[in-house]
Amino acid sequence: MSGVPLAWYLILSAVLFSLGIAGFLFRKSVITIFMSIELMLNAVNLSFVAFSYQLKQVNGHIFTFFVMVVAAAEAAVGLAIILTVFKNRSTLNVDEMNSMKD
Amino acid sequence: MEFFVISIIKAAVVAVALLTTLAYLQWVERKVIAHIQVRLGPSRVGPHGLLQPLADVIKLITKEDLIPPYVNKFVYLLAPFLAVTMSLISISVIPFGSEIQVFGHTTWMQLADLNIGLLFILAVSSMGVYGIALAGWASNNKYSLLGGLRSSAQMISYELPLSLAIAAPLLLVNTLSLREIVQKQAGSILHWNVLPQIVSFFVFVIAGFAETNRVPFDLPEAENELVAGFHTEYSSMKFAAFFMAEYANMVTITCITAVLFLGGWQPLFPAAWGSNYVPVVLFAAVGAIAIYHGLHPARRRDRLTLPVFGAVFLALAVLFLLPPLQQALIPLFWFGAKVGLLLFVFIWVRGTLPRFRYDQLMGFAWKVLFPVALLNLLVTAFVIAWKS
Amino acid sequence: MDVILFLIFAIIAVVSAVNVVVQTHPISSAISLIGVMASLAVLYLLLGAEFIAMAQIIVYAGAVMVLFVFVIMLLNAGAESKRGRSLMAQLLGMPLLIAFLALASYFIQRLYPTGAVVRFGVFQGGSAQSVGMALFTTYLLPFEVTSVLILIAIVGAVVLARKELP
Repeated sequence: MSGVPLAWYLILSAVLFSLGIAGFLFRKSVITIFMSIELMLNAVNLSFVAFSYQLKQVNGHIFTFFVMVVAAAEAAVGLAIILTVFKNRSTLNVDEMNSMKD
Repeated sequence: MEFFVISIIKAAVVAVALLTTLAYLQWVERKVIAHIQVRLGPSRVGPHGLLQPLADVIKLITKEDLIPPYVNKFVYLLAPFLAVTMSLISISVIPFGSEIQVFGHTTWMQLADLNIGLLFILAVSSMGVYGIALAGWASNNKYSLLGGLRSSAQMISYELPLSLAIAAPLLLVNTLSLREIVQKQAGSILHWNVLPQIVSFFVFVIAGFAETNRVPFDLPEAENELVAGFHTEYSSMKFAAFFMAEYANMVTITCITAVLFLGGWQPLFPAAWGSNYVPVVLFAAVGAIAIYHGLHPARRRDRLTLPVFGAVFLALAVLFLLPPLQQALIPLFWFGAKVGLLLFVFIWVRGTLPRFRYDQLMGFAWKVLFPVALLNLLVTAFVIAWKS
Repeated sequence: MDVILFLIFAIIAVVSAVNVVVQTHPISSAISLIGVMASLAVLYLLLGAEFIAMAQIIVYAGAVMVLFVFVIMLLNAGAESKRGRSLMAQLLGMPLLIAFLALASYFIQRLYPTGAVVRFGVFQGGSAQSVGMALFTTYLLPFEVTSVLILIAIVGAVVLARKELP
């Protein structure tokens, strides 16, 4: 039985990444924007693992591991920031967080 | 092709056995707690209340399936499904016994042996948090939300000491596959992981109590605290799903404890010293006691039921003497004995201890269990590095 | 067999990702994102990355997304309102996205000759042992630095989300 061409994994990664960008640009709620960022990071992880398969080395997996760890740390701090901002402004709409705009 | 057929048959056998065990585990719990509290427990439906689980299942199935109009329907229906699925999946990697030969086919008494079996169990148990958190939120009820949030915070806090307590015996066995972990504990009780890793064993069992939301850590679902916690708004089959998920989690945690620390399906002392006759002697003794008491019973109806039970146990004892069945039944007996003992401890603790307050519970996880598990890992690592 | 499994889980991943972007209520987006992560974990298993697949479920789907769900529940985030989108974004958004993706797919397909196929079981180097060996010998410094990073993140999160003392 034939396997799956590697290009399909990379195309799937591109599709997920562009969906993440679309969500990041077009949504208004801060939490949904944050979730689109996580979607982008996941797409990149898939790319790394696919390349690690192609080169038959484990370095891609190590990179994925570090991306996951950094994403977890960033999610923790980012959500704490969102909580603090919500406490001060009572809104989750990014358009209304513009007090530093001139 | 043969692999698929064998796997389907094994999956069917495990599913039926697991569901029957869950139903009768509830009977055992009610009887044991009743006897701890000096009362009888279910004794009317069938002899000694043995048909009570059947009556409960019929009641839960035929109850009115109410979906309150103010809930978020999709998440409300998804939550019990997630809880039950995650708790039942973890049984698929647990080794129940050694290799057996059935009608010419050789197979292991395990559904799937993954190289990363232990990580799979951790992954599935961390997904089990969602069932409870989403159930609490979807019910649109402040008591459910509080119960759901507290319960999920408790489960994720106790996942840390659980994982560290798993990491310490892994340093001893050097593999993540559950089958190999059991095989490395062959010999006698002196080779099991519980003796070198006794601290880890206690941390794991205590964290296991908290992961499954059992007393003394069951504040989020206690009836006199939060109405019924996260499953307040659930009725009939969905409530039964949460109930089943809790018992299945309990069975999973005890199976993992038995596999990691107590040697899985390995016997207490080697077969050369006669450990194959332990189940025979045990069942024959129980059967003899039942028949002896059946001759002069305390209640009139026991004149029929006690001799029948005695005959059943004697038949089981004879079954353990037949050579073709021995290779399958004896590892199963040892595994079942260890899991049964741990389940009895779970039920015993429920009948005995009061529950923790929520801040005491969380403080215990972060300030006591987590440092103890971490220190244990450190000491184990130093000892192993020094020895090699 | 590989192709069927890949197609099933890739379609689940794409549909869930579209759901993340399209749904108005944050909880539905969060549940769809969990679906994306779980299907990606299966795809990692097909690529032979067993440790990374389990780490994806334990860390991402089982901890980071629980954090998201908690915050959504605590903030009582409601469904987003639909007004305020620019007309240009609505008209040109979808066609531009599809055009970009078609271009990217064409170039990716050209770069990879037909010989590079993924079969389950070919790559055995993704086990916990090989990842651990590489992590603790070649990549020891980044490993220690990430542990300091996690410590900083913990301290930051605790300080930011603390109640103000009177």
